[in-house]
Amino acid sequence: MLIKKTVAFFSSLKLTVTLLAFAIVLVFVGTIAQADEGLYGAQAHYFKQWLVVGANFFGHKIPILLPGGYLLGTLLLVNLVCAHIYRFQFTTKKLGIQLAHAGVIVLLVGQLSTDMLSREMQMHFAEGETRNYSESATDYELIFINGDELTAIPNRLLKAGDELKIDSLPFAIRVKSFWKNSDANFRAPMMKNEAPLTTNGVAVNFNFRPLPDVKTMDERNVPTAVFELVAPSGSLGTWAASDWAGDASLVEAMRNSYAQQLGMGMAQKIAGQLVAPQAVEVGGKKFAFTMRPTRVKHNFSLTLLKATHTTYPGTDIPKDFRSRVHIDNPQSGEKRDVEISMNHPLRYGGYTYYQYQMDAGQTVQQAGRRPTSVLSVVRNPSWLTPYIGCAMVGLGLVVQFMYHLVGFVSKRK
Amino acid sequence: MKTFFQKWSPPVLMFVMALWFFGQLQPPPDKTFAFTEFGKLPVTANGRIVPLDSLARNALLEIREKQTLNAEPWKGWTEKPRIVSATEWLANVMMNAAVADEWPTFRLDNPDLISLLKLPEKDEAKHSDGKHYSWNQITPAIDAFERENERVQKIEAANRTAYENAVAKLHERLTLYAQLKNAVQPAGMPDWPAELDAFEKMIPAGVAAAKAQQAGQPFDQANFTTFAGFIQNFQYMSSLEPPLLLPPNGTRDWRRMGDALLEAPRGTPVDAGIHDYAKMAGALAANQPDDFNAALKDYQSTLVPTQTKAMAKARAEVFFNQMEPFYNAMVIYVLAGLLAIFSWFNLSETLRRCSVWLISLAFVIHTTGLIYRMVLEGRPPVTNLYSSAIFIGWGACLLGLILEKFYKNGIGAVVASGIGFITLIIAHHLALEGDTMEMMRAVLDTNFWLATHVVAVTVGYASTFVAGFLALIYTLRGFFTRTLDADTGKALARMIYGIVCFATLFSFVGTVLGGIWADQSWGRFWGWDPKENGALIIVLWNALILHLRWGGIIRERGLVNCAIFGNIVTSWSWFGVNMLGIGLHSYGFTEAAFKWLVLFVVSQLAFIALGMLPAKWWKSFKVRTA
Repeated sequence: MLIKKTVAFFSSLKLTVTLLAFAIVLVFVGTIAQADEGLYGAQAHYFKQWLVVGANFFGHKIPILLPGGYLLGTLLLVNLVCAHIYRFQFTTKKLGIQLAHAGVIVLLVGQLSTDMLSREMQMHFAEGETRNYSESATDYELIFINGDELTAIPNRLLKAGDELKIDSLPFAIRVKSFWKNSDANFRAPMMKNEAPLTTNGVAVNFNFRPLPDVKTMDERNVPTAVFELVAPSGSLGTWAASDWAGDASLVEAMRNSYAQQLGMGMAQKIAGQLVAPQAVEVGGKKFAFTMRPTRVKHNFSLTLLKATHTTYPGTDIPKDFRSRVHIDNPQSGEKRDVEISMNHPLRYGGYTYYQYQMDAGQTVQQAGRRPTSVLSVVRNPSWLTPYIGCAMVGLGLVVQFMYHLVGFVSKRK
Repeated sequence: MKTFFQKWSPPVLMFVMALWFFGQLQPPPDKTFAFTEFGKLPVTANGRIVPLDSLARNALLEIREKQTLNAEPWKGWTEKPRIVSATEWLANVMMNAAVADEWPTFRLDNPDLISLLKLPEKDEAKHSDGKHYSWNQITPAIDAFERENERVQKIEAANRTAYENAVAKLHERLTLYAQLKNAVQPAGMPDWPAELDAFEKMIPAGVAAAKAQQAGQPFDQANFTTFAGFIQNFQYMSSLEPPLLLPPNGTRDWRRMGDALLEAPRGTPVDAGIHDYAKMAGALAANQPDDFNAALKDYQSTLVPTQTKAMAKARAEVFFNQMEPFYNAMVIYVLAGLLAIFSWFNLSETLRRCSVWLISLAFVIHTTGLIYRMVLEGRPPVTNLYSSAIFIGWGACLLGLILEKFYKNGIGAVVASGIGFITLIIAHHLALEGDTMEMMRAVLDTNFWLATHVVAVTVGYASTFVAGFLALIYTLRGFFTRTLDADTGKALARMIYGIVCFATLFSFVGTVLGGIWADQSWGRFWGWDPKENGALIIVLWNALILHLRWGGIIRERGLVNCAIFGNIVTSWSWFGVNMLGIGLHSYGFTEAAFKWLVLFVVSQLAFIALGMLPAKWWKSFKVRTA
């Protein structure tokens, strides 16, 4: 009795209608909130969420309780599957509708699995550079290098006030502060500065300040951690490690901005101080450390041969972004060149490489910078599901529609 | 049996309107200066080859919000003010600024800005209409304006007041005008052919003087000063980045006059084109039409061997501009819509047929324009907000005509003409933003996805609007008139239901295709971008209506109210999300559009409220039971 009732509830049309109505409200609220919370923030708050508590609406906080995207998606899936099993009839009259709903199931399952399984990364390189790894755009790691040994601490473990003890390191890490997004400024020697963050390493020459999280997809956070290293013999000092120093493209960007104010020579010096290696010595072993985007290694490498950015004649309207890349795969012996451009990604080795951002073309040439390209690297095992789901729903709706249309027209005749 | 009048009046009416349309295809012949021919010259602007005619019309639309210039706006229409064609205006701006700078070209509506610039108010005696001002009237207060503009440019567009918006807009308009003034010759050189000649003659002496000056040797001061003056002028010309007037020559691509003149001292011979334009400028300034026309002919003959394709394209676009298919279709839609509405009241079959014949004519003109545009651009029908309006109107009109064919009750005719008219009005206002055939940015540069995803989504918009419009007819006729009998009501509900099914199909397929495009171009099927979400809401809303109907939760009037809400949902996705100014699709932000969107949404909510009033208040339902 209870089972029957439960099944009836989960396969009911009323549930479908309620869920659809909630979905509309959620998508609307989640869209408006992007103006305040940014795309990533809104995704996490509304869509990749089971329960939404409170929302931002045109700059106002409103107290509201909504089912989140995960909850609605799951319930819709259950609703659809139940309805399919419970009310399935194989008749020509219902064929189209059945197919369309099966297609929606494929889409929902595909999106949920994409959400769990897919990974988005980036590959930054300047012309002539070779990369055998991709970097995360959202996750960072604090790394310690001792010879060939590398210890990576993901940013989610870096919480202010925590003390981390890791087997491969002969010291503990006391996190003083961790800023997800931060700003770095050179401490000009002539000007009166406030006291440095710490008196060790990079913080002597640079001020790091916390910043609010970025809001758009095109920007990214630049984290900085301040921590004390404590060996059994005593403290090794307080240090700052920042992605500003660990990420080559950021270093270059900072150098270029200082070059405009102070000239290239001075800017080179400043950049040199930013990337100056930081290390501590314990028991005769040297541990260098830095903060950088989380890396995923590939067993092949890509070299950027040429980055081209063309515009329409006499305008700044971009016509084409194109990266010519050399693939070198020692395992398969492959050595070949490919072109990656907007709408023409490279699918290779389980990853897909898309043209994402580019700093190239005339202005870059004139400024004397090296052309650089950023590829977006995605691994998504369920990338085919939308194609299948869309075909099923489209076909199903067309079948159903034609069935009704033919009936309607012949009835009128 | 039909009377002779009933049988023949619809085709005759259509024939008369067709004659009216064809009569406009041929522009009036040039009496003195061949400005029409001048307008057919190809140049490169906004990254594409355009005729000067399009450049002129688009510039005037941006600066004055009209495609022609009224040189005496203080006069009433009965006093026959002088109307200057777009090409005549452009020719004078580029080559005879002394005259053009006196014309009241700049439209200003903001009173604060008008008083900042110390401009006269409406005063017939002082030759001012209080809205249109000339370059020469504005520039005396340019310092005060520049100070304000500098402040305004630092404010984000979304946070500006109406006055600050007006400042930013005038800044854009002045910049555009200055660009055009420096496209052919340095602005304000009274005798350009003579100056050009002097410049060419002095190149060797000038270069020698400049070289000697740099090397610290004695040099001819007079030569050096004159030469440096020229170079400065040309550098200023090219720094404004005006359109590229000079056609490709040998290895060189389209170039700006200023750039070409700057190359001359480096040993590159001055293009024939520079001389031909200079001759035209001289003749225009000296008011010698024959010389102007001869110089124009010379220039055209030099273009023929190498620029045949560009010239053909420019001519084709001039013909399109002259045809104004969307404006003309709009006029006919209004007429047809009125006839169809009258036909509801006296139930005259002749009026209804007249309306259908007229809509068919307008639809043919609309279609011609749509296809002509596609051929000119080499693109699928929808490439930007402007063309989406044209296409939504086209799709809705087609659906309306099909409904009318089946039901023959004047409802499809009103839908076709009503949505046709409204969308073309919207398109007309969107055209004020500038070139409507702008080039596609890198990521959008794919005809396959534009032809599939964008077209499907736009058909989804069009059909959702058709359903909403049908629902409006139901409510208005049912509430205010007695014409909504049980049969008409049922027929309307069935039409709405059918169209919602159709809309679900297209908006769903279109939205998912968009996801697949996103997967193809940046590896993300769904990114929760505002425009994607807007389309998703349309899909969800249409699906919701269908499920409510299937479950019997809503009936005839519920369906009608839901369909009206569909109008809000669609307009939100079409325009609203662009106004959030976030995400990948935030391309078409328009200030004025926001006000209209709010008005539209409020009006639709009012109709829904009306639709929810009890049946006893409905005029039609007093006669029968709902």
